[in-house]
Amino acid sequence: MKVLVPVKRVVDYNVKVRVKSDGTGVDIANVKMSMNPFDEIAVEEAVRLKEKGVVTEVIAVSCGVAQCQETLRTAMAIGADRAILVETTEELQPLAVAKLLKALVDKEQPGLVILGKQAIDDDANQTGQMLAALADLPQATFASKVEVAGDKVNVTREVDGGLETLQLSTPAVITTDLRLNEPRYVTLPNIMKAKKKQLDTVKPEDLGVDVAPRLKTLKVVEPAKRGAGIKVPDVATLVAKLKNEAKVI
Amino acid sequence: MTALVIAEHDNASIKAATLNTVTAALACGGDVHVLVAGEGAAAAAAAAAQITGVAKVLHADGASLKDGLAENLAAQVLAIASSYSHILFPATASGKNVAPRVAAKLDVAQISDITKVVAADSFERPIYAGNAIATVQSADAVKVITVRGTGFDAAAASGGSAAVDSVAAVQDAGKSSFVGREVTKSDRPELTAAKIIVSGGRALGSAEKFNEVITPLADKLGAAIGASRAAVDAGYAPNDLQVGQTGKIVAPQLYIACGISGAIQHLAGMKDSKVIVAINKDPEAPIFSVADYGLEADLFTAVPELVNAL
Repeated sequence: MKVLVPVKRVVDYNVKVRVKSDGTGVDIANVKMSMNPFDEIAVEEAVRLKEKGVVTEVIAVSCGVAQCQETLRTAMAIGADRAILVETTEELQPLAVAKLLKALVDKEQPGLVILGKQAIDDDANQTGQMLAALADLPQATFASKVEVAGDKVNVTREVDGGLETLQLSTPAVITTDLRLNEPRYVTLPNIMKAKKKQLDTVKPEDLGVDVAPRLKTLKVVEPAKRGAGIKVPDVATLVAKLKNEAKVI
Repeated sequence: MTALVIAEHDNASIKAATLNTVTAALACGGDVHVLVAGEGAAAAAAAAAQITGVAKVLHADGASLKDGLAENLAAQVLAIASSYSHILFPATASGKNVAPRVAAKLDVAQISDITKVVAADSFERPIYAGNAIATVQSADAVKVITVRGTGFDAAAASGGSAAVDSVAAVQDAGKSSFVGREVTKSDRPELTAAKIIVSGGRALGSAEKFNEVITPLADKLGAAIGASRAAVDAGYAPNDLQVGQTGKIVAPQLYIACGISGAIQHLAGMKDSKVIVAINKDPEAPIFSVADYGLEADLFTAVPELVNAL
């Protein structure tokens, strides 16, 4: 069974972005870029399935600018076997990415698609579910445990108030939550090995997909600032403030 | 122009997030209908009809809708979608699971996690963990939206008298099945609906300490318990307690952060709280920059002291 793992290049987790002064977006020039953390968990899960012998090939995919190659090399350093870059300089929204992935699913026929539940830049939380709908596949989002059993996969999901387990027929789409696994550190030998792995580039036109954005961003502003309050010297003062000033207890 | 709200419910009652979603739907400018899809959900449908502002309730009842499977629930929404200009889901685990399937099948963009309706086609939504607020405009005929509960007031749960119409339930898609559920049993208020939240961070040091220090304070205040991503990552608290960008977004009357440094990702989930208290021994902790009341102290002594003082 093949696994397709879509990965997104995003502003690094630790960077605090700044809104551009003209209100057209956030400034990502000269900012550190990394693989979306949830996608890293997805790559790790796919590679672990391969190490267990249930998966034969792990294919990483990224959609976006040429620099996404770096993200794909990272995925291959974790253990993906080969990679596909759908290269475009257009702004890609989740629906467009889902359509590109659908075209690749048709071509590669993976048994599973594993991807992050959300990207930490647009925080949309849509692509996996959209892909599942377009490809008419079952889905299990927010996964904390994945067990492949024959042509079925059991997935435990993080839901409000606890956990729920679903059984899906493969092929299926799984999106990862935080506790699914802890991605390994990539080692230098594996980074070197990843440089030699196969990386194919295609264009959205090659896949017959119209990626034109559907949502127009009218403006981007800084959120309203919350002013810092006061420091209190001790617990007694804190309780008095909460009772008499804030009146919340 | 009519908006459809997909109710979140447990068959017997309507979950609070639905009420905020109704308010967002009303702001879109037309009538508001509510879909209650479940099995044996007549009581929930009756409760939905009481919500102020709701013009009609559609009740779909069938075995395929029992466990909220995304494939079936999305199909149910699509079966009636053609009459609506806006389709709104609460941005809960269930809403986030189903809404993108509906949007993709309709070939429209989804607008996630809106916090304000600017116009019938324009909405505000936070991006980059709330470090920027984008106003987006949709050119699609149908707007599929998930609504961040903290951005909208709750509609009154009573006072309405909408008609309840039955609609046929869809067939089971047959590609997935429900195996089981492990619900965390708790008498505490639900995290997203709680008036007071006591939250713990990595400084607690272990799951035992987390429980030992945070629980008595939460009990005393009748509060829900939250946790930072660092505490969840370290295994001190279950993931469904996670407050932040990738967890729950909360806005209680009082948020008490114990041993939480205040990473951007955490602040994204709680900075709309009315009053924030931070207890942390690190004077430089970023949490103090959003706290109304900061107490620079060791939480292992300060929190028990607080419990005794209340």
